[in-house]
Amino acid sequence: MSEQLNVPTMAELMAEGKQPDILFWVGSAGSYDDRAKKITKAFVKLLNKANVNFAVLGTEESCTGDIAKRAGNEFLFQMQAVMNIEVLNAYDVKKIVTCDPHSFNCLKNEYPGLGGNYEVFHHTQFIKELLDSGQLEVTENTFKGKRITFHDPCYLGRANNEYDAPRDILKKTNATLVEMKRSRNTALCCGAGGAQMFKEPEPGAMDINMLRTEDALETKPDIIATGCPYCNTMMTDGIKFKEKENSIVVKDIAELIAEAKGL
Amino acid sequence: MGILSNILFAIILFAGIGFFAKNVKSLFRNIKLGKDKDISDNKPERLKNMINIALGQSKMVKRPVSGFLHVVVYVGFIIINIEVLEIIIDGLFGTHRIGLSVLPTSVYGFLISTFEVLAVLVLVAVVIFWIRRNVIKIKRFLSSEMSGWPKADGNIILYFEVVLMSLFLIMNATDLEFQALSSGNVISQFIAPLFSGMAEGTLHLIERSAWWLHIIGILVFLNYLYYSKHLHILLAFPNVYYGKLTPKGQLPNNPTVTKEVMLMMDPNADPFAAAPETEAEGEPEKFGASDVQDLPWINLLNAYTCTECGRCTSECPANLTGKKLSPRKIMMDTRDRLTEVGKNIDANKGVFVPDGKQLLNDYITPEELWACTSCNACVEACPVSIDPLSIIMEMRSYLVMEESAAPTELNNMMSNIENNGAPWPYNQQDRLNWKNEA
Ligand code: SF4
Ligand code: SF4
Repeated sequence: MSEQLNVPTMAELMAEGKQPDILFWVGSAGSYDDRAKKITKAFVKLLNKANVNFAVLGTEESCTGDIAKRAGNEFLFQMQAVMNIEVLNAYDVKKIVTCDPHSFNCLKNEYPGLGGNYEVFHHTQFIKELLDSGQLEVTENTFKGKRITFHDPCYLGRANNEYDAPRDILKKTNATLVEMKRSRNTALCCGAGGAQMFKEPEPGAMDINMLRTEDALETKPDIIATGCPYCNTMMTDGIKFKEKENSIVVKDIAELIAEAKGL
Repeated sequence: MGILSNILFAIILFAGIGFFAKNVKSLFRNIKLGKDKDISDNKPERLKNMINIALGQSKMVKRPVSGFLHVVVYVGFIIINIEVLEIIIDGLFGTHRIGLSVLPTSVYGFLISTFEVLAVLVLVAVVIFWIRRNVIKIKRFLSSEMSGWPKADGNIILYFEVVLMSLFLIMNATDLEFQALSSGNVISQFIAPLFSGMAEGTLHLIERSAWWLHIIGILVFLNYLYYSKHLHILLAFPNVYYGKLTPKGQLPNNPTVTKEVMLMMDPNADPFAAAPETEAEGEPEKFGASDVQDLPWINLLNAYTCTECGRCTSECPANLTGKKLSPRKIMMDTRDRLTEVGKNIDANKGVFVPDGKQLLNDYITPEELWACTSCNACVEACPVSIDPLSIIMEMRSYLVMEESAAPTELNNMMSNIENNGAPWPYNQQDRLNWKNEA
């Protein structure tokens, strides 16, 4: 497990006169949040395993501004976006992959209008491509007989109509995929979106992540699979609150595939 | 009755249509109070959506029971209104069942029997709708915004339908000539015996009364629309046509902000050169929306189109967990405020006189706005392509950019982004540290 990760930066590659095939946008959560960093590392292990020629911006990366925009601060969002676009364009970036659906949505849909045109992938789409092309294989039976339920991130699902990539990946693991009563386009939000992650919820009867955790528990899962660092935090908190953390794990799809491969 | 009744009919008809035209004019004027927004792109795709979603009701049937019943009422109501064409011609020219003299009896009979069957289906559906609204406690009809007028409105329309359909059937049942044809009276032949034994004159009187009330009822209905959630039977079409085509997650970038940001980022820009120019443009542009006039016109069309069905609210995570936010209420508030602004303009010879009120605070509170997770569940659920989220985001923008009135935690988050390029107080230089952590 302590195997050294190979994470070149754009600056390093540039110094060597090299250009990566794709940029991995780590995002703020993936860079700083302890739980999300594990997802970042799992994804890097997969990239390394599949010999993907990628790079990160490292210290040159800055918040996409997505949260500022959703919090109503269009000015801050555009400042962040324009700064990031300057860096991305200077490195002549063409393709981007990210584990955060919020960054994914923002880079893919909101950066083009400000001069940032890239082909943007969510990591589940990218992993699916690696599996389909045979660059990455999962034949291992780590999850055979396990019940996995996938929680759709709003910004991947409804926001961008991607419901299949995560499910296609999970199907390859020999796990039993079980759906919550609210899934795909009617999936319930985990409660973190629209800048809620960074504030206390308004007064109400319960927290949104509790309701969503109850949805998940109804499927009697062994694993709750997520595709977003914020959803992951919300569902992890929910499971802890329901005192189910000993029987149910909450993991990102990248972590599950890395685990299936013994990485 | 002769010519006199023809004249009376013409007066009633034109008055009804005249009032309706006036309402439509106010409607246009009010929608145009919103900000300009060019939505003239992708015509073929828009047309396709209009045919599928508005005409084909593809999103209605996602909830099978109410969806199916709604299709019955909708199809029934539209087709039966073909009959109105005959009524208008008869009324204006003093003919009786003009259809019989231009169509073969069998064709006419077929048409009327179709209408009669549909009338019965509509009656059945309407009764079930009434039970759903008033007897079975369906949660989405019980929310706080659904008390008072909105609740009454929902029922009034159902009563209207019952009366109109019944009048149509009674009119046919008491028409001796029509019954004698024995063609087209599939339903009314069973109603006719209820009137057996009555004098021919009495029957004729009942038939005429039903006929007059039917057409008057339809004209009243037409004019009731303006005040009702039932405006959607007309506005659903343009509303779906102009609905959002870009990915749901994409929020528009404000071009005024872009100009400012580009100026700030441009090392060659002369910071002093810009100032006089903006002053020359007069009032600096207001960011976001605190009242209906600040919203793009499409949001105002959305508000008039909203059917108050509550499908949005019943999927809203904030509402489901007891927060005050209800996307349906956002739409209803927007419409109520727009109506108020419209009346203000009417009362003040065409200009809006500030009334010390606005959409923000007086209708929609910041507490509601800040409860939204921007999850798009409401947008996805709406059967007529309404986008409540865009109004919420416009109003948040106003709160933050014009009033700096974000919750404290969000202000902290934003100053972190400004200073460290992350929503948390971490140093940007540590962004890659994860790489070497165990
Ligand atoms: S986008 Fe906001 S208003 Fe709409 S359903 Fe989600 S939380 Fe509710
Ligand atoms: S916005 Fe749409 S879903 Fe919500 S109440 Fe209005 S018509 Fe129904």
